[in-house]
Amino acid sequence: MSTPLYLDANATEPLRPAARAAVLAAMELGGNPSSVHAAGRAARRLLEEAREAVAARFGARPQDVVFTGGGTEANALALRGLAAGRRVLVGATEHPAVLAAAPDAAVLPVLADGTLDLDALEAALAEGGPALVALMAANNETGVLHPLAAAAELCRRHGALLHVDAVQAAGRVAVPAVWDSLALSGHKLGGPPGAGALLLRAGVEVAPLIAGGGQERGRRGGTEPLPAIAGMAAALAEATPEAASRLAALRHAIEAGAAGAVVAGAAAARLPNTTCLVLPGVAAETQVIALDIAGFRVSAGAACSSGKVARSPVLQAMGFGEDAGCGIRVSLPWNAPADAAERFLAAWAAMRDRLSRRAA
Amino acid sequence: MRPNRPIYLDNHATTPVDPRVLAAMRPWWEENFANPHSVEHAMGREAEAAVETARGHVAELIGASASEIILTSGATEANNIAIKGAARFLGAGERRRVITLATEHKCVLESVRDLAAEGFEPVVLPVRPDGLLDLEVLRQALATPTLLVSVMAVNNEIGVVQDLAGIGALVKAAGALFHTDAAQGCGRVPLDVEELRVDLLSISGHKIYGPKGIGALYVRRRPRVRLQPLFSGGGQERGLRSGTLATPLIVGFGEAARIAAIEGMLDAGRIAGQREVFLTRLRAEVPGIRVNASQEHRVAGNTNLTFPGGVDAQALMAAAPEVCVSTGSACSSAAVEPSYVLAAIGLPEAEARSTLRVGIGRFTSPAEAEQGAALLAAAWRGLVEQD
Repeated sequence: MSTPLYLDANATEPLRPAARAAVLAAMELGGNPSSVHAAGRAARRLLEEAREAVAARFGARPQDVVFTGGGTEANALALRGLAAGRRVLVGATEHPAVLAAAPDAAVLPVLADGTLDLDALEAALAEGGPALVALMAANNETGVLHPLAAAAELCRRHGALLHVDAVQAAGRVAVPAVWDSLALSGHKLGGPPGAGALLLRAGVEVAPLIAGGGQERGRRGGTEPLPAIAGMAAALAEATPEAASRLAALRHAIEAGAAGAVVAGAAAARLPNTTCLVLPGVAAETQVIALDIAGFRVSAGAACSSGKVARSPVLQAMGFGEDAGCGIRVSLPWNAPADAAERFLAAWAAMRDRLSRRAA
Repeated sequence: MRPNRPIYLDNHATTPVDPRVLAAMRPWWEENFANPHSVEHAMGREAEAAVETARGHVAELIGASASEIILTSGATEANNIAIKGAARFLGAGERRRVITLATEHKCVLESVRDLAAEGFEPVVLPVRPDGLLDLEVLRQALATPTLLVSVMAVNNEIGVVQDLAGIGALVKAAGALFHTDAAQGCGRVPLDVEELRVDLLSISGHKIYGPKGIGALYVRRRPRVRLQPLFSGGGQERGLRSGTLATPLIVGFGEAARIAAIEGMLDAGRIAGQREVFLTRLRAEVPGIRVNASQEHRVAGNTNLTFPGGVDAQALMAAAPEVCVSTGSACSSAAVEPSYVLAAIGLPEAEARSTLRVGIGRFTSPAEAEQGAALLAAAWRGLVEQD
């Protein structure tokens, strides 16, 4: 077996060296950013620099960046904190964390290519009453990008707020600044786990989930996880759509070479690093285990629900039926080697030949 | 003589990361970055195993079992989950009363007060001038059926150690749930969930020489304490705290807990010695300086000091910039109003404005304790002479 190949970037990106350096520097610094003495002020400076960097990148004001413990909390903060007096509408393929955070939400269907059904959104908005719409910029399993600009236009016309879950899209593709709130996760950018952010459009206010202490302008209590935040900001500087576009060629090579697989959402605009390969009749879990033994780290569905993989709700929403349990997610990390496609395909083809024969 | 680096005497706000903790964390930034929930592949399973080992260390520190530890982003989140989660799970039924102390951390007070809007009855008990809860006051409050009592183990400003075992006995006899915010107590005073009879206990990583961004809530299993999560998501941590677990932070937290369990009480003896050095020097140079609250029931590193002569504590800090101390809780340290904790022990506002919190820690050297006292004394003299 050759060196293992990590192709599970959508679960977590490998830590970028610049982020590692920033984390270690922040660990050295110590100090509580809320303290007024020298050690506290140094920590505060670093925190505010990170805040400015994150804000600038997404077109927000620094004071509208709320640092959180991660992407799940950022999404939950928006879904809970902006929902007062509003109906909540969510896309059918949203991340399980978003669906779980809004259990009473109305679910908007997607088209066969995985993109949001805009007609359905318009109809739901027209039903009346102010709404909060939650959409992911890019899907975690298929990489499919929702038509955010068009959805935002509909939301604007109906006076709805638009929350965008940019956990997977940030740093990989440009995210149009059409949102009222935007959720980010540090470790999906190549930063360390333990920090995320919710960005708010100027004037949008959010009710806190975690009370106390007065940090983050009263919107999120608790001492800020400075090293993880500094790492997130440093990772963001390197995670650019231009740099990520390199991965599109590798992804294309994988899809072109995976004969017998159906690529979920192939017709839609997608993240450059993600492909979801559906091998009809072969359980995703079996494929993932076979590839893991061969040294390839891929996944079936979202990492959080690993272990309880059955059918992917995302593929089901796209109309895959029985084969919704047969898709594996290959997500190329920022540092994927040039021969990643070639190596993966060799292992994948061997797996296909063995398992398809057995399935047949 | 001026020190070439700040003298850090603010170990209540945050503690420096122990070098051993940092060493334990590094591989999880440098070698294996995997998501511990990615149990489908080997890298994820390794991360998961490291998380579980760390969880075990945290549990051992407080005499719990690993399955009773919910990892959170810190003690503030743990306190929010404990208080709001317990109340919301039970709902506003017959037991609506939620009791806490006037001297609790802001996040506990806010969580308790927030519950009023949900039909619960917040009760904030006073403390004695020495900072301790009068058990008779608690007994009377418990005469009304009570849902939850939240009392901190160690106060973050005055360092007072509450009689948790005595409180726990009363709370359990009254059939209420017992929560303690042990952010300042963990690793500094012995805490055993069985002895104290607590149902819920909050811990912070960065107050025990671990990293920021991680903490834990102990949730009793037998009899089982049920909570409603603050928010839902991927369902991690038994559904009580969704979100990807931050492996490096958790490993660091675990190592910090492991070290605290072995060395915490040794530290306490040494830290108490350092505090004596500090206080002896300060008392010699600042006649009339007063240590607030209980001297007997106090965590080793804490000193809460009121300076004589009507000096302003902020001005004192500004005049001794090499010494990192604070006027109170870090979260509100930029605020101008004096500490509500000091008001609760009966300090007049004028005296509260002349009060500093000093927190000596594991890495404070005797020389730093001595020099810190000398620099504060010199700053005080300068201010008094100015007047």
